[in-house]
Amino acid sequence: MNDLPNPSKRKSWLDHLSGMPPSILISAIWIVFMILVAVLADVIAPYDYKHMDLLDRLRPPIWLENGVWSHPLGTDDLGRDVLSRIIFSIRISLFVALMGTFIGAVLGTSLGFAAAHFRGRVDDLIMVLIDFQAALPFLILALAVLAFFENSFLLFVLIMGIYGWERYARIVRGLALSARSHGYAVSMQVLGATPARIYLRHILPNVSSAIIVNMTLNFPETILVETSLSFLGLGIQPPLTSLGNMVGFGRDYLLTAWWIVVLPSMVIFVTSLAFSLLGDWLRDELDPTLRGN
Amino acid sequence: MNPTVVAIKILRASITVVLLVTFVFVILRLSGDPAVQMLGLEVSDEALDQFRQRWGLDRSIWEQYLSFFWNILHGDFGQSFIGGRDALGVVLERLPKTLQLMGLTTIFTFGLGIPAGIYASLHRNTIADRAIMGFTVASFSLPNFVVGIILIMILGVYFRLLPTSGSETWLHYIMPVITMATADAAIFARFSRSAMLEVLHAPFMRTARAKGLMWGQAVRRHALPNASIPLVTIGGMYVGRLIAGATITENVFAWPGIGKLLVNSVNLRDLAVVQCIVILVGVTMVIANLLVDIAYGWLDPRTRTGESQ
Amino acid sequence: MRAVDGISFDVRRGGVLGIVGESSCGKSSVAKSILHIHPPTSGKIIFDGEDLVTLKPKAWRDMRREIQYVFQDPLGALDPRMTVLDQVIEPLIIHLIGNSGEQLKQAHELLEAVGLLAESHAKYPHELSGGQRQRVVLARALILKPRLLICDEPVSALDVSIQAQVIQLLEELKTSFDLTIMFISHDLSLVRYFCDTMVVMYLGKIVESGPTEEMFSNPRHPYTQALISAIPVVEPGTERDVIVLQGEPPSSFSPPSGCHFHPRCQWQKSICRSTYPEIELVGQSNHFAACHFVQEIGHKQ
Repeated sequence: MNDLPNPSKRKSWLDHLSGMPPSILISAIWIVFMILVAVLADVIAPYDYKHMDLLDRLRPPIWLENGVWSHPLGTDDLGRDVLSRIIFSIRISLFVALMGTFIGAVLGTSLGFAAAHFRGRVDDLIMVLIDFQAALPFLILALAVLAFFENSFLLFVLIMGIYGWERYARIVRGLALSARSHGYAVSMQVLGATPARIYLRHILPNVSSAIIVNMTLNFPETILVETSLSFLGLGIQPPLTSLGNMVGFGRDYLLTAWWIVVLPSMVIFVTSLAFSLLGDWLRDELDPTLRGN
Repeated sequence: MNPTVVAIKILRASITVVLLVTFVFVILRLSGDPAVQMLGLEVSDEALDQFRQRWGLDRSIWEQYLSFFWNILHGDFGQSFIGGRDALGVVLERLPKTLQLMGLTTIFTFGLGIPAGIYASLHRNTIADRAIMGFTVASFSLPNFVVGIILIMILGVYFRLLPTSGSETWLHYIMPVITMATADAAIFARFSRSAMLEVLHAPFMRTARAKGLMWGQAVRRHALPNASIPLVTIGGMYVGRLIAGATITENVFAWPGIGKLLVNSVNLRDLAVVQCIVILVGVTMVIANLLVDIAYGWLDPRTRTGESQ
Repeated sequence: MRAVDGISFDVRRGGVLGIVGESSCGKSSVAKSILHIHPPTSGKIIFDGEDLVTLKPKAWRDMRREIQYVFQDPLGALDPRMTVLDQVIEPLIIHLIGNSGEQLKQAHELLEAVGLLAESHAKYPHELSGGQRQRVVLARALILKPRLLICDEPVSALDVSIQAQVIQLLEELKTSFDLTIMFISHDLSLVRYFCDTMVVMYLGKIVESGPTEEMFSNPRHPYTQALISAIPVVEPGTERDVIVLQGEPPSSFSPPSGCHFHPRCQWQKSICRSTYPEIELVGQSNHFAACHFVQEIGHKQ
């Protein structure tokens, strides 16, 4: 066994940034742009997303015949400004996805820790729940819950939270179990640390990079699930708007006003693509051993 | 394979199914009076009482659970709002259309996706490889309803080449299948590419070459079988994606299958049908995962001899 | 399964007790019982007059300061994400000793005392060598000034040349901290060098115990004799009778009947198969052994 010290292998922030390929850089810029749009929606949207201008319905976007600058991306069947609606949809979709990812991470991590710490019956129970969640396609599960309960915004966000918790739980449970058998959990116990301290100060930081990696996977998927459910009319309900919503309601106007469907679809596509690319790259940078997934 | 191991797997699968039925029962009870839920508000009081009797709602919760379970086991999921018919019948009626869609999709997904991935892995870093990788990333960033709508717009509405709803002729099948197959083919392409890449650089491939095998033979005899093992794992996941994909695609194309039925039922709160579909889907998934699990154990000799759970 | 079955021994304050045996003989379990990581199912552990087995959780918090533990894998024992200095300070934080300035000072001093230069104090575990890591583990264990230090194979994972350094460090620390040490190892030559009393375990039971030198010059139990005869001797050309044990240690799940060692013992007779031998005094000065034929086998050539 080599007794010489190893040189430090930690990369600094700058090293990471300068290694970004252009496609990733563009993705990152787009995402920052989306976040800004979401945050500044009230300020930059020309109209309220509910505002109807019934005399100006189905107006085409500016680059087509009959387009006007007051509605640069046109209007929909109720005279609502498409640009404003897209802006607010971005805010709502990102917000829901963020809350959902966060709830899923907290729920999954807590249960993962609980399973690893208490073992025995608790562990068995949680493993069974994980199996159950993984056994049913999430869409079906969500639809079932939505069928039985009234669809409110709160309920919907909670459902988004449940998406993917089992992945966090599995990962965290595995890591916590191996951390426990590892020396440092035992050492900390012998030194007098309480279990809470051991989990929060020692195991959690060592588990955090896996959690973050999973969040980068979870977030774009959550956006896609929310969009799909909204498209079906079972997600975000009017008067609230969402990108999926817009596509769903715009279906009837494909011939007469294709922009109502195409423009939000493009936003969905580019944003989702940007998150996927950035997420892949982040995963490679944070932990090359996870590559190939 | 060790029969005890298989038996344990089957046991775990059964427990999951029981849990699923319990879950449906719980949310059914949590969401309000099941009689009113299932039959609607315009029904007479006698009908409500009759329902309560049949489902044992006047008895203790434990007895209710057991009779619920018993009914389900006998295929009695309650009555649909659609003409007051048996929920299971309503669902099974629409099953063939969905299965057709899924079957065709699977053929295209495997038939296009896997060879594309293998091709890409064998021609790494060429234009073909990069094109395939680029296309696949784009494909699974597109939710399938977007693909569907765009296809309808272009092929159906503007060029009037294909019909946009219903399922009468073979032409009706084209767009839905393309919609469903795109994202999944992309996933399989990426997956088989990375599985092949891992295997191609493994030491046993060098040994095969050293033994004198030509490249093609080495790939066929050694690389492909080993690369197929991880593919089996995502096979289980694939069934889930098929079901979810079908649900959305059928709604985009007004395809008369279970997916459309499900969304309609959710909107109408036709709970008998919803619970029937949910449980059937769950059982299907559990069986699919079980088969994958067993196949995996059989294919990979490393796991053949017992487990450490 | 009984990892440790009915053993009894004591450690003199300020002494170094060696616990020796093959893997799975239960020596690590002894350590874990004392430290209350796996509390014993029955019996007493008296530390300075107090019974550790019945100690309340609150009292254990304070007791943690008195008994510390160093084990085989120094990399596993350390948190990969904390610097060496932070890890040594941590026990002080847990037990609320001193303010941050004092804690820092104590940690630095102790790290230097175990031989880690100041420039290494801000490093992470993976940046250090095996020997250095074990020094950090020692510093972390000793910062609470415990009275008893349990070392479980502390040098087995290190290169042989480093082993000597760490053992020497242990000796120095023993004097400067006035420690009592329990040294668990399978390496007999180390035990002979470092420990003044010794206990030999086999499959959960003590087969022989006593002063180290006495046991090395006059081992009375067949197992001990075999172990000692197998120690490599440095001078070439020395003639030795190596006692080779047949078979493998049986599993602790189903120990043999009677004396646990009898299947591998060259002296076994029928009584060995049926009755477990009592442990008895076999010389002056607290030398004990558990064998039916301890008198006959006793006197070596």
